[in-house]
Amino acid sequence: MTSPTGHDTIVVGAGIVGAACAASLARRGRRVLVLEAGFAGGGTTAAGMGHLVAMDDSPEQLAFTAYSRRLWDAMASRLPASVEYERCGTIWVAEDDEQLAVVRAKQKTLADAGVASEVLDSKQLTDAEPCLRPGLPGGLLVPDDGVLYPPAAALHLLEQARSNGAVLRERCAVTAIAPHTVRTAEGDLSADLIVNAAGPHAPELTPDLLVIPRKGHLIITDRHPGFCRHQLVELGYLKSAHVMTTESVAFNLQPRATGQVMIGSSRELVGWIPGINQYLVRRMLERAIEFAPGLGRMSALRIWTGYRPATPDKLPLIGPWDTDAGTWIATGHEGLGITTALATGEILADLVAGATPKVDPSPFHPRRAMAEISHA
Amino acid sequence: MNGSIEILANGRPLHVAPGMTVAAALLNAGIAGFRTSVAGEPRGPLCGMGICQECRVTINDRLQERSCLVLVEAGMRIETDTMSRRV
Amino acid sequence: MFDADLKESDRYAIAVIGAGPAGIAAATVAAESGQRVILIDECPAPGGQIWRHAAQRSREGAARRWVTRLERSTATVRTGAAVIDIRRLGDANFQLHTVRQGVGSTLRASRVVLATGARELFLPFPGWTLPGVIGVGAAQALLKSGVSVRDQRVVIAGSGPLLFPVAAALRRAGARLQLVAEQAESSAVFRFGLGLWAQPAVLAQAIRYRAGFLKSPYRTGTWIKAAEGKSSLQRVTMTNGEKLWTIECDLLCAAFGLVPNAELARLAGCRLQDGFVAIDKHQETSIEGVYAAGEPTGIGGVDLALAEGSLAGYSAAGRSDEAREWVLRCEEQRGYVAKLTSGFQLRPELKQLAAAETVVCRCEDVRLGAINPEWTMRQAKLYTRAGMGPCQGRVCGAALQHLYGWTPEVPHAPVEPVPVSALL
Repeated sequence: MTSPTGHDTIVVGAGIVGAACAASLARRGRRVLVLEAGFAGGGTTAAGMGHLVAMDDSPEQLAFTAYSRRLWDAMASRLPASVEYERCGTIWVAEDDEQLAVVRAKQKTLADAGVASEVLDSKQLTDAEPCLRPGLPGGLLVPDDGVLYPPAAALHLLEQARSNGAVLRERCAVTAIAPHTVRTAEGDLSADLIVNAAGPHAPELTPDLLVIPRKGHLIITDRHPGFCRHQLVELGYLKSAHVMTTESVAFNLQPRATGQVMIGSSRELVGWIPGINQYLVRRMLERAIEFAPGLGRMSALRIWTGYRPATPDKLPLIGPWDTDAGTWIATGHEGLGITTALATGEILADLVAGATPKVDPSPFHPRRAMAEISHA
Repeated sequence: MNGSIEILANGRPLHVAPGMTVAAALLNAGIAGFRTSVAGEPRGPLCGMGICQECRVTINDRLQERSCLVLVEAGMRIETDTMSRRV
Repeated sequence: MFDADLKESDRYAIAVIGAGPAGIAAATVAAESGQRVILIDECPAPGGQIWRHAAQRSREGAARRWVTRLERSTATVRTGAAVIDIRRLGDANFQLHTVRQGVGSTLRASRVVLATGARELFLPFPGWTLPGVIGVGAAQALLKSGVSVRDQRVVIAGSGPLLFPVAAALRRAGARLQLVAEQAESSAVFRFGLGLWAQPAVLAQAIRYRAGFLKSPYRTGTWIKAAEGKSSLQRVTMTNGEKLWTIECDLLCAAFGLVPNAELARLAGCRLQDGFVAIDKHQETSIEGVYAAGEPTGIGGVDLALAEGSLAGYSAAGRSDEAREWVLRCEEQRGYVAKLTSGFQLRPELKQLAAAETVVCRCEDVRLGAINPEWTMRQAKLYTRAGMGPCQGRVCGAALQHLYGWTPEVPHAPVEPVPVSALL
């Protein structure tokens, strides 16, 4: 089925995940129309930190993030300067000997998945990052992790899609998804394939999706080049991200290509409540200053919030939802949407084409069994 | 407004009238560029009233202070063009 | 920053933000009405831009009278302090977060008066980022801060009644005024002059100002085209639309009127109308308990600011008899202002001054050519970094609003940069 505008595929959402899906599908010859309620890269994508990290909350997550990181790596030399891609590496910082033992185990887990990393002792850690407080026992350097500027990355992926014939329509909100049809204010549009990549808004269009908004806060400083060289994350970060408590914070610093420092991170299950939670910001900053005392005198430019699409089992939803109706899903990436956007696009395009994805897609099936998220 | 006080601008002693702002003291000393922009251009005060942030300097180790809003004090240490330096 | 830290001494009936004429009047009359009042301003002393540094200098009568009256009142005055956040609490009180010399603190008030003044509208033109190019009001502010302009060659290029006192002040300070250029046509200035006949005192002042720079050329229908120089300003190119000419100078004062400082009002959720804070006839905004006075509600000058400040102060203090009287005075003042400023519309040519390579966002060095006029302010910010720097879009946001009709972004706290430690 081809619509009057010539497309056979509609991607709903021009965040980085929708953009990557559009790029992968268009590359395989699908004629893609991307519909975006606001503007490209302006939602969850604009609110994120933009890290490209190998994350090992589960073997599935590690395989998925490692695969996507390789895809970014392959694209790195062609990314325009506006994407601000830097392979700065991540250092997972241990606070005590117990955590140092975790560091060693983590190094092995990563190695088994083909991800290089290096255990740092106390001195090596301080040499690598003089901004950290003295006396920390060590950490794990993952040298091939990186950061980028997500809205520009989304634009770049859309540009790739466009070069393969895709069309982007902004300020065009999809109000419902029906079989082979999306409803918009300008009328219904039909296509063989409809990909719901509407991030935390996806359940508004596909009501039974187990995705809820998880709010986050971020702070960015003025330009202070050289304050830190690697992305710094406390080992407790994974726990903070994993446990679905009402709120949690973890130390996470990121050097930006601009010389600015981004300070994270927080996670809150509070629904769609706008505004800044001063209490949480204070906890984030206290934690950050505890690790990097010099942050206190740096100039804080802005604080903002965003909503990440979270799932109960911490894995995204990628794959068919209703094949008869032509509905497919690509959302639920929570804090890993930037890292895993490229893998998502490739897995989705493989499944659509009947090819075998490079990683097992079954853990990401949108209809897999999951317990609902209970608000702890 | 009698007498003068000494401040240090980029290590150089300046004798200035009390009651004037740091921005005024620097301009009167012939310092036109207060900071270097992202693209490497010299920049100096634009608005004179705390809005534009172009007159940011380091004052007594406090980074990114708007010099148009701060009065000179005896012994004050001022450094211009500190944006590109490490903290 | 939080309840547990809040002392009884940090609780006020009324917090007035901005210590220019409007804020001084509001704080003074509210304190005189028996309310516990705090007046907060970023500058080192009360006075605002027009009565800047009033505490140290001999000043005009009204300034002296009001500052003295403020000092005699029970109002607490906190200078050198920025208000970076304002939020309404569950009990209808407001919590304000202030930062002074890098140290944060919190206070609470039942009512808030926003008297945050105005800033100049800067429009980008080639060379406007050179050191030595400043605003028109900026020249006055810098003079009052102690800047010496003796024997400097100065060009003023702007619009509106502000050009006269600034020219006179520069001349008095020993500057060699090369040209005072008003972008509006002479008919506008003529109407302005006619309007002044209704206010003899203002007329006399205007004549004094003009006499103050009589030997310097004043041209209408003339505007800036470009500024040039190596590391600082050396010359400007002017135009009257027909020809271009160059003037060697050391200082260029170029700005195109005033725009309101409405960031805190927007953060508090106040409704804006035509870019100004919407108020009812008692100066109350759309948010109950938040009042606004002076330039944020409409550019009107010092007399209207004093009237609106007095009205806001009495309204916030619940003094309805006094407030009624000031309602009438405000209306009367607004009538004058409308007449005086009607002619100084900005000419369309001013929207064409910047070239593709001209910087629009000075904090991030974003050039005009990088910005798509079809975007929103938020798109420009996310795609080009325009407005992402430390001034948080106060300069480029106003310019892009004028150039493309964009709506500035709703600000977040902190509404200006502060040390990370001040947010703890």
